[in-house]
Amino acid sequence: MQTHSAIWVYLSASPLWGLTLTLVCYLLALKIYRQANHHPLLNPVGWSILMIITVLVVGDISYPSYFSGAQFIHFLLGPVTVALAIPLFFQLEKLKKVWLPLSVALVVGMTVSGFSAYFIAQALGASEQTMLSMIPKSVTAPVAMGIAEKTGGLPTLTAVFVVMTGIFGAFIGTSLFKLFRIQDDTVKGVAMGVTAHGLGTARSFQVSPEMGAFAGLAMALAASLSAFVLPVVLSLLKSF
Amino acid sequence: MQFLTVMTLLLIFQLSGELLVLSWDLPVPGPVLGMMLMFLVLLFKHKVAHQMRPATEQLLSHLSLLFIPAGVGVMVHVVRLEQEWIAILVAIFLSTLIGLLVTAWTMQLMMKLLHSKDIK
Repeated sequence: MQTHSAIWVYLSASPLWGLTLTLVCYLLALKIYRQANHHPLLNPVGWSILMIITVLVVGDISYPSYFSGAQFIHFLLGPVTVALAIPLFFQLEKLKKVWLPLSVALVVGMTVSGFSAYFIAQALGASEQTMLSMIPKSVTAPVAMGIAEKTGGLPTLTAVFVVMTGIFGAFIGTSLFKLFRIQDDTVKGVAMGVTAHGLGTARSFQVSPEMGAFAGLAMALAASLSAFVLPVVLSLLKSF
Repeated sequence: MQFLTVMTLLLIFQLSGELLVLSWDLPVPGPVLGMMLMFLVLLFKHKVAHQMRPATEQLLSHLSLLFIPAGVGVMVHVVRLEQEWIAILVAIFLSTLIGLLVTAWTMQLMMKLLHSKDIK
């Protein structure tokens, strides 16, 4: 029989445990979330992250070591971004009807979300790199990281901000719309997709299929437009 | 369509997107260009869209899982977060709130404007 340390040496060199840990934590958090009737405070992504960090801190395991396994999940962000073309295609008829209000809301929404964060962070004395990493935070992670790389932000920090934004948007969205009497599911979906990307979309699908479809649509469109719009707005701001 | 076929198609489009970005030095991330390419192809190949639908719906239903590895990366930025946590939290919370409201209001306003133009 192998000793415990020999097993540990084998495991820590293998990407297997990081991958398994991520899936186990996610499924566990998802189960609790579903049993609690999708209570926003039990957001499965937030709790999975907390669980995994706890395991890593307790086990004195480094993030790169964990990521060598988890990267197999992270990698899927690319093909899944491509896959957004399919729901987009099936919303084509609706898209033709609302394309003008949608595109205006899209450009205004993502500019306001990104740059309000930039200026609030600036006012509160954040570092330049933090501010720059915040600009694409409303865009889905793979795209946001790509933009951050091109505008002088820190891609991994942007990823963290993206996840925080998504969790918070999914958490506050529906009650905020209720408070301000915004009732149209199309409008609510678009706001969630533009502001809180994939996590906002996941939340919207729980409210209604229409809200979900439009959130997905808005997220996909924001993902394709943001890469053009955000760097341009930033360079305009910098020229002043 | 088999899951493996769908995955392969998605990867081919992503790869095409990445190659175009690299060779023309475009400002867009590769997967986004891949998505646009695929969307264009689907406009001419409706059948493919229907065939890909079940597998991609499965994939997209666990979209939030894919954010976890990047989210755990918060560990790496502990020092920065310790120094700037108030600015970061306030900026993200407020801007998300503002973003949600401004997007919804803009969309509402635009729909109302266009609708009133239709009546005239």
